[in-house]
Amino acid sequence: MKRPLIAAVFFAGLLAAWHLLAASGRWSPVLLPAPLDVASYLVRAAADGSLAAAALVTGRRLAVGYLLGIGLGLPLGCLTSRFRSCSDTLGVVALGLQTLPSVCWVPLALLWFGQTEGAMLFVVVMGTSWSIQIATDDGLRSIPPIYQRAARTMGSRGLHTVLHVLVPASLPVVLSGMKQGWAFAWRSLMAAEIFVTILSGSGLGHLLHYGRELLAMDQVLGVMFVIVVVGLAADKIVFSPAERWVRRRWGTDA
Amino acid sequence: MTEPVAAKISATDAVKIAVEHVSKTFRGGTREVPALSDVSLTVGDGEFVCLVGPSGCGKSTLLNLIAGLEFPDTGQVSVDGQRVTGPGRDRMVMFQEAALFPWRNVIGNVLFGLELKPNLDAAARRETAEFYLRMVGLESFRDAFVHELSGGMKQRVALARALAPNPRVLLMDEPFGALDALTREQLYQDLQRIWQERRKTIVFVTHNVREAVCLGDRVLVFSPHPGRVREEFRIDLPRPRDLNGVDLARRAGEITQALKAHLANPDAA
Repeated sequence: MKRPLIAAVFFAGLLAAWHLLAASGRWSPVLLPAPLDVASYLVRAAADGSLAAAALVTGRRLAVGYLLGIGLGLPLGCLTSRFRSCSDTLGVVALGLQTLPSVCWVPLALLWFGQTEGAMLFVVVMGTSWSIQIATDDGLRSIPPIYQRAARTMGSRGLHTVLHVLVPASLPVVLSGMKQGWAFAWRSLMAAEIFVTILSGSGLGHLLHYGRELLAMDQVLGVMFVIVVVGLAADKIVFSPAERWVRRRWGTDA
Repeated sequence: MTEPVAAKISATDAVKIAVEHVSKTFRGGTREVPALSDVSLTVGDGEFVCLVGPSGCGKSTLLNLIAGLEFPDTGQVSVDGQRVTGPGRDRMVMFQEAALFPWRNVIGNVLFGLELKPNLDAAARRETAEFYLRMVGLESFRDAFVHELSGGMKQRVALARALAPNPRVLLMDEPFGALDALTREQLYQDLQRIWQERRKTIVFVTHNVREAVCLGDRVLVFSPHPGRVREEFRIDLPRPRDLNGVDLARRAGEITQALKAHLANPDAA
């Protein structure tokens, strides 16, 4: 009972401070809108459907890009963990590209794909797959060899070993890689939407961008708020429960 | 008391495991480590044989060769007259670490080997798994997660998992080495009881001489660099044996003396 109360007091205080600062008149309302202005933008945008439409466009891009990133990263991680020749080559490429902030892919994507969905997807996939590849590689390498030995003595071979030993044994590490991959996909997509202006659908990043162009600070802050909420929701609804389940089962929290 | 090395077991017993002139050398980088040198021994059907010796004497290597997890450089290992070419369900292994799968609960671990056994439906597998969990006294923990178990309980589950597919041979590589003394003593009692009930052929590796005397029909003494069988002791004490029994302690003392003599005098034949 105590924790929610502390949290409520904290956020109420934050909003009150923001309101007082905005009301003090020291800064132009164009630069610092009051919390109520932002709230009224959110209500308007929710009512006229523009927010939902943008969220839908963004969600679709995110889903496709993330799945493609997993589709590329998982098999690559399997290859680099299994074959020395792959880890010496592809593994190094992945490690290098993983350090590249995804927004750095935007110029290249624009020149290669133009202002298209393809450019957007390319940025997301490049931002996602390397971290998933590295996590998969780590996950498979971290499996204690004794599991495979024990499984072999019980008659497990080939595909059975993969499905019943390697996949579940690597799951905790791969899952945290998935989570990291999701965070990268989300960041990449926002960068792409802000920098790649296209006509095939405006996402949340575009709303943010137009807010700046129109000097509509209530829109900028409102959309930023929505982006934060989506990120939190993905964590609380998808990843946290999955991680809790793994921790409970694998006993990784002491 | 002492019998010649690689002694034949009495003629009436059928030979279950035969190790003939086996040598094995590990090559790591620039070093060559001879693990086993010309080792020969036989284990009778239903016999409980303990291999004792200091670390590096190749006793675990020998167990892995019988398990089919590794292969000899020269010589051969056969079980029931068949040359060992890989792991098989007739030979189950227990390791020093329980090596239980944390993504499966207790009964799920016991079911692992059974799921790989043909001609068993789900109900029969479950019944078998529960039977062996009862045998090791853990039926009430069937749905527990592995990390909720103590070290001794984990090894009990590992024992149930190894017994469940009903192998003829059980290969145990210092399975109780990491447990506390009280838990170990309890497991000696359990293992003796289970062995007498199920009559498995057991090869048990340990560096603990008293443990070997407490459990084995025969104790084979190994010496290291390279690993060789140096001496063999037959243990005729009545079962179940008490680790703290006077006779057991006396026998263990004799074997420890012999072991020390072999270590101090590595080149004597």
